[in-house]
Amino acid sequence: MAVALTPTPPSPVNDDRPRAIAAAPVLSDRVFRLAMRAAGLAVLAITGLILVFLVLRSLTAFRAVGFGFFTTATWFINTNQFGIAAILPLGILIALIALIIAVPVGLASALFISEYAPARLRRALIALVDLMAAIPSIIVALFGLYFLMPKIIGTDAWLAHHLGFIPVFHFLLPNSPGSFVGSTFIAGVVVSVLVIPVITSLSRQVFSQAPQGEREAAYALGSTKWGMVRTVVIPYGRAGMIGASMLGLGRALGETIAVSFILTPLYVFNTHVLESGGNSVTYMIANFVLQEGPKGISALFAAGLVLFALTLGINTIAAIIINRSRSGASASAD
Amino acid sequence: MVTQDTRSAAAGTRPEGTGTGAPDADRKVRIVRVSPEGAATLGGAAASALALVWVLYERVLPFTGVLGFWLCWYVAFLLLYAVMARMQWDRRDVANKVMAVALATGGALVLAVVLGTDLYTLVRGAAAVVHANFWVQSMAFAGPTSGLGIGGAAHAAVGTLEQIAIGTMLSVPLAVATAVFLSEVGGALARPVRIIVEAMTALPDIIAGLFIYALFILTFGEQKSGLAAGLAIAVTMLPIIARASEVVLRLVPGTLREASYALGSSQWRTVWNVVLPTARPGLATAIVLGMARGIGETAPVLIVAGYTKEFNFDPLSGPMVSLPLYIWNFVHIEGVNPQYVARGFGAGVVLVLVVLGLFTLARKLGGTAPGELTKRQRRQLARQGARV
Repeated sequence: MAVALTPTPPSPVNDDRPRAIAAAPVLSDRVFRLAMRAAGLAVLAITGLILVFLVLRSLTAFRAVGFGFFTTATWFINTNQFGIAAILPLGILIALIALIIAVPVGLASALFISEYAPARLRRALIALVDLMAAIPSIIVALFGLYFLMPKIIGTDAWLAHHLGFIPVFHFLLPNSPGSFVGSTFIAGVVVSVLVIPVITSLSRQVFSQAPQGEREAAYALGSTKWGMVRTVVIPYGRAGMIGASMLGLGRALGETIAVSFILTPLYVFNTHVLESGGNSVTYMIANFVLQEGPKGISALFAAGLVLFALTLGINTIAAIIINRSRSGASASAD
Repeated sequence: MVTQDTRSAAAGTRPEGTGTGAPDADRKVRIVRVSPEGAATLGGAAASALALVWVLYERVLPFTGVLGFWLCWYVAFLLLYAVMARMQWDRRDVANKVMAVALATGGALVLAVVLGTDLYTLVRGAAAVVHANFWVQSMAFAGPTSGLGIGGAAHAAVGTLEQIAIGTMLSVPLAVATAVFLSEVGGALARPVRIIVEAMTALPDIIAGLFIYALFILTFGEQKSGLAAGLAIAVTMLPIIARASEVVLRLVPGTLREASYALGSSQWRTVWNVVLPTARPGLATAIVLGMARGIGETAPVLIVAGYTKEFNFDPLSGPMVSLPLYIWNFVHIEGVNPQYVARGFGAGVVLVLVVLGLFTLARKLGGTAPGELTKRQRRQLARQGARV
């Protein structure tokens, strides 16, 4: 095999492609490449192994209920009546609420950081977003449970009373603070805190790569700053925005701790997001893996498998979109 | 001259400044500046929105809730600002100004959330961490009714240290090797690996725990232990470090590699002696940030670490609690006891301080881009140059 000694694309600078040099790599290089390739394969293998083990461990549950696992909306292990028909949609509902908050905030802060903030403030804000991504989810969960939840309950009541005519804000429980505790809506708000940095940092990278020439052209045509952002930066970053939001969705679907702290468990699907009670696959796994028999654990593995397949699918599509929109040459480290 | 700050961006750009006199040729013209009208409009809109919403919200309509109040204020503020701006400027200018304010809010929210979560934890946790015993004792001799003067989180801190050490030792070599593969070796395999790495960064943390539970505990028949927790943390850290390292490696200038090749070195030598040393600060940042993420992981260790109230220095046997797990147990599982909640927040303080410390370290390490010199290095070079 004739191999180029110089790095093949994607390499840092691939404007002028180096000609292929027909030289057999020396032994040390062959070993080196083999080892690095093995490392890359190992990452693929770990992902594959996760899938294999989840499938193996969920067989018991699937044998017991078969396809009913996807259509049953209860969770009674002993009578073989369990499924994710209620739990999974409830979790998706939380993720969607989180995204409704996190996408506008994340994109706005990304645009502010990449386009509006002065250079010194920009560096500080980039560091701040990194820090926000590094805040442990259990700290956010504490903050959500003890600080945000009491504050949100007032807003919940407000929404229920004045916007109750909108189907999702219907409120059928008795009007006491307890009926608002641990709702899907509150969980969504808290999860959004964890999703914002994902969306901000990825879309900021894409926005900052909008071509300088087009920016200046927009200004030269008399555009205001917002006009330039609207006609150059946003169209250029559209794919990145979609990819970042999808990766945020994956993050929101997989959030465990914040959801577990907030939610009051519920096993029936309920679109009234303000009412107390909610659930998610991650909640089930985090809270019951220690307590149920082999079949119960297998059922949790089955639920985990569905969640894994779902998020892996979403994230992979997102990663493909982001990779397509981001040329390797101009990737930035910060 | 008004210095450029956030408000200048918020007040919008004024292509022709309302400057003092004609700018002379030598002076740099500042394009963005705060004009008196702009600042007054902004402040006026904020104040009148506050007054209006206060009257409506607190006195006229039966609304309650602090959060709802500020949401209403913000909406009223944007509307009033748009109206007041429209009275003075043309449509395009108004859109420009209103959007600048709206986008700046996003940045402000990020700041507020980071400060809010960290400060709230520090304040609530202060009650527990001021006791010296919190830093040196385990919970072995503290019961549900014992005060904060007995017991602590030292056993959890030990567990966190050991687990993150295991996680780092296992994940860093593989992650950096993967990054080297992606940026230096490449080939047909690189694309799927890159996409899977990116997809795995946002994978549910709890799945990593479930995987280790299936592999280590159900299949190998091991007990819950610190090693299992370390393995689960390694699985979650791997894609984060790999992705960040790859970005850093790609920033190494190609000319450096070519110079190395031109001197006749092999690719292995080039990577080892040129690429990796050049990217060292960035790699250090990537690893430390990965550690900061790994330390806070709760979900992966939740089902594989087990729980104990006592010190366990041996990661190979017996349950081992870590700081996040300690919080989980005292706040989520036994959350009705105020003493336990206070202890949970105390552990939260330790966790926040550790993450902040690691984060500062990462910034220090990665302050320079590849090839960029620090002030001190530049001075050194200048001195050497002067001598020659």
